[in-house]
Amino acid sequence: MIKRDFIIIDPLGMHARPATALIKLARNFSSLITIQKNGRSVPLKSMVNILSLAIKAGESVTIITEGEDESVAMEAMDHFFTEEMKNF
Amino acid sequence: MKGTGVSPGISIGTAYVIRKAPAVNAITNTIEEKDKPAEISNFDKAVKEATGEVNRIIDLNRSRFKPEDIAILETQTEFIGDSQIRSDVQDKILNENLPAVVAVREVIQSMVQMFGEMDDEYLRARRTDIQDAGKRIIKHLLKDDSESARRYTENTILIAEDISPTDALSIDTSLISGIATVEGGRTSHAAIIARSRGIPAVAGCGPTLMEIADNDTIILDGSTGDILVNPDNHKIEEYRKKKKISDRESESLKLIRDKPAITKDGRKIHLLGNISSHTELEHLFECGGEGVGLLRTELFFMQHEKLPSEEEQFEFYLQVAITAGKKPVIVRTLDIGGDKQVPFLSIPAESNPFLGYRAIRISLDRTDIFLTQIRAILRASVYGNLKIMLPMVSCLDELKAAKTLIKKAESELSDSGIRYNSKIETGIMLEIPSAALMTGMLSKESDFFSIGTNDLCQYTMAVDRMNRKVASLYDHFNPGFLRLLKTAIDQAHEKGKSVGMCGEMSSDPLAVILLLGMGLDEFSMPASSIPVVKQIINKVDYKDAKEIYNIAMTMESSSEIREYLQEKSK
Repeated sequence: MIKRDFIIIDPLGMHARPATALIKLARNFSSLITIQKNGRSVPLKSMVNILSLAIKAGESVTIITEGEDESVAMEAMDHFFTEEMKNF
Repeated sequence: MKGTGVSPGISIGTAYVIRKAPAVNAITNTIEEKDKPAEISNFDKAVKEATGEVNRIIDLNRSRFKPEDIAILETQTEFIGDSQIRSDVQDKILNENLPAVVAVREVIQSMVQMFGEMDDEYLRARRTDIQDAGKRIIKHLLKDDSESARRYTENTILIAEDISPTDALSIDTSLISGIATVEGGRTSHAAIIARSRGIPAVAGCGPTLMEIADNDTIILDGSTGDILVNPDNHKIEEYRKKKKISDRESESLKLIRDKPAITKDGRKIHLLGNISSHTELEHLFECGGEGVGLLRTELFFMQHEKLPSEEEQFEFYLQVAITAGKKPVIVRTLDIGGDKQVPFLSIPAESNPFLGYRAIRISLDRTDIFLTQIRAILRASVYGNLKIMLPMVSCLDELKAAKTLIKKAESELSDSGIRYNSKIETGIMLEIPSAALMTGMLSKESDFFSIGTNDLCQYTMAVDRMNRKVASLYDHFNPGFLRLLKTAIDQAHEKGKSVGMCGEMSSDPLAVILLLGMGLDEFSMPASSIPVVKQIINKVDYKDAKEIYNIAMTMESSSEIREYLQEKSK
């Protein structure tokens, strides 16, 4: 299991477009990937669940990857939150 | 709220919102244990279909939509296929014995409520996405996507995402006093249909339009594109006055309905209408149309899941022929491909659909479809004054091939002892520059010509008018384009053939005198434009129009030509 914290850099927070991209990205890995905010965690599978965390710009989330490809998955998550989140 | 005014006139009425899902409140019964697996698989199937539907919209419009639009639709598919929605729905089916439809409705309702209580405005607004996803799923669960069963009261203003050609054909437009859509523009089907029926319409209003509720009072201005929701009495009064003035103007135009379109020095011009079904004929004749310059057949085809049979097609042409009587009706054979798709012919995506497999090219390849259509038209030709027009002809060989097939259909009918009009005229639509440049040669085989300016202009100038980045280059006053039109008209006239125009240019008030001066014989347009064009023709001398054309031809830019014409039309 790998855990890592990320700051949300998109000024609109975790809105529908990055959430869509994030779900699509998570599908590429067999690991279970979850996102956590204020102690509540949801798998990166459901748009409704991710949005319901109401993650705003500047807030911190924890991503947890667990499974065979957990380290590759975490690298992809890292790239997503630090780079791709700039583009939405 | 503001959109693009696509059909002029002011309308004050009551909103009727087409949300693409029927009410499911009536279904409350519970299901038995043995039916549960089937309900769950019904749900999965509906999700799959709904996702497929959205993906199809994306695929069909990939070249037209902006990346943002595509992203919105992709987000939609995530909501539809949401794993939390699925597990909640499954829970309700298994533990509360609810049918899938009710389960979906309840799950969506509770999610909508949850999002509604959030303190973030953006997230609150996601309620509509979730509602939309639910509606799409429910629609597929109930397999009911038609608006045909809906009832409208008088003075209804239709509010919709977009009016599909199918919707448009199934709605009783006599009760509709206005149309507003989230999507679309001047050339969307909703706009074309609204103009042809004289209904004020505004398109491209954006998603906020769907916040309008049923029975809201709406003021819609189809000229400016303004939409006012629940306006105060002061505003209503103001618009009533405006409406009175614009209605009076259109009344006075109706007065000239029965006068012929003739220049002051006696040149007679034929004014015809563009229609898609016989239901539009009444309005066309009310506006003074002398016949039909373009009967589009593709909307009729798009309505059908399967290829309509010869009998179904015969019925369609028959109704038009009978209603029009002696007045001429030019029937354009199937013009699909490009941006128009039919369910029964899955044309693979092409990188350049406008330069690809479409219109006559399909007809000459799928001769079964073409022959069926021709037989149906020929059979109906006995009952009226029908003519056949072939779209997208680019060379004489295509025209010859099509005429050979028409001959074949004729001899098949003769052999079976079925009557048809053996003198039926066959003409071509000029929308490809190569054809426009050789109308003289094409005259050997073509009885008449009709210029389709929308495609012809687009092909001549290499501009996709749907592409916002370059759409401003699309301009039918381009001096080169005007010369092309003149060449086409002159060559055809030399061979004694008449030339009409059924594209948007023919109803552009600024273009009328210019076209008249070029020698155009027939103008075909949406019915509501006919009175305006007639007034222009009645006020001018043909010899002056020719002079105006000659002077315009000395100018080097479309803006210069426009300015000159504006000056002349004062």
